[in-house]
Amino acid sequence: MLYGWPMPVSRGFRGRARRDDAATDRVPPGQYLTDDFPVLSAGPTPHTPLDEWTFTITGEVDEDRRWSWDEFQALPSEQITVDIHCVTKWSKLDTSWEGVSVDTLLDGVESSAEYVLAFCDGGYTANLPLEDVSGGKAWIAFAYGGEPLDPEHGGPARLLVPHLYFWKSAKWVRGLSLRAEDEPGFWEGYGYHNYGDPWREQRYWGD
Amino acid sequence: MAGTAVLGRLKPLTWREASVAEVREETPRTRTLVLDVDGWEPHRPGQHVDIRLTAEDGYQAERSYSIASAPRAGQLELTVERIDDGEVSPYLVDEVRPGDVLEVRGPVGGYFVWEPGHGGPLLLVGGGSGVVPLMSMLRVRPAEVAARLVYSSRTLDEVIYRDELATFGDAVVITLTREEQPGLRRGRVDTDLLRELGFAPRERPHIYVCGPTGFVEAVASALVGLGHAPERVRTERFGPTGR
Repeated sequence: MLYGWPMPVSRGFRGRARRDDAATDRVPPGQYLTDDFPVLSAGPTPHTPLDEWTFTITGEVDEDRRWSWDEFQALPSEQITVDIHCVTKWSKLDTSWEGVSVDTLLDGVESSAEYVLAFCDGGYTANLPLEDVSGGKAWIAFAYGGEPLDPEHGGPARLLVPHLYFWKSAKWVRGLSLRAEDEPGFWEGYGYHNYGDPWREQRYWGD
Repeated sequence: MAGTAVLGRLKPLTWREASVAEVREETPRTRTLVLDVDGWEPHRPGQHVDIRLTAEDGYQAERSYSIASAPRAGQLELTVERIDDGEVSPYLVDEVRPGDVLEVRGPVGGYFVWEPGHGGPLLLVGGGSGVVPLMSMLRVRPAEVAARLVYSSRTLDEVIYRDELATFGDAVVITLTREEQPGLRRGRVDTDLLRELGFAPRERPHIYVCGPTGFVEAVASALVGLGHAPERVRTERFGPTGR
């Protein structure tokens, strides 16, 4: 048996055929590509009727902003094609979404906040630096592959922050709370990384 | 704040060498690997680990697997199902033998966890290899905690931990979706079966559901439909690519 440094070679393990196409550069360390769209959720899928759905900007703001579903749909939306990376190791390339840029929602909001906490139906939360959801890096997505977003995948709307591990793209999102202080969200409180950069493999606390 | 309290106990998770102490065949498609890990602290039932394999040319592959054993120091057991077109599971199920060394990181996860201190009643609902983390919970359940495992399998041959499950008596009910077998239920886990076997909502059971996505979606909605509070229903899903 050969044991290389720093990691032991797994006797007889060859792995899949190595890819040397351009896609390899798009897969972060420790990830593998899938064509499926696996579902991971901590509890039952919530089903909020659209006539009860609202999206709210709250927290460290002069005045809350709130949109009904119809008002939200009337906002300018964008088509987004991005690669996504789940902390459970799968990556999926060229996923296509439609959503409203968080920049649009925050336009004109006066705040000294440096963090946001996304809050969701079902009690789920995710924390992010404000700069990671602004400047064209994050959306509230309501369609996937040209269809309304399926409830299993976070419909009617989920946060989409593709440059971070996908748990940060909180499903069933109902608003963003702007915060002066950072505070761990749901998975972050259970030992997942506070920031979650897939390219630095920040899966768990301390990575 | 609860989140901070949890974080305060955590240490960074490093890759560690795990030596395969024993391999047990559970079903034609699943095997249990007993791993010895120096300094391993007992996990909490429901947690998982990451496993990393390294090929001779340095290529690496990582996957996550649930821990099946009751918590113990220095050792853990994983039960792995072979996914035929998978990259890691066929190696773990067909190739690994005692004495081999893998790398392990964990334990990971704190939400899909049940410990005796949570109390009961305890309702576990598993589909296929989704029974694995539930088995870790069942193995630590004290006799005075009312518990039930409802376990859906396609056939009797595919039932993992069959002999051990038989020792739990009424606490375990197996239902088969693809064949009839004397003494076992037949059919999917549906609202009627959950109403019959799954404690009443007023008893406020702690509920853990694990299996393929479609199974978990159906069971979790049925439980909420029966009146169980959504926050009492904790789920873990194996995506279609749980490989």
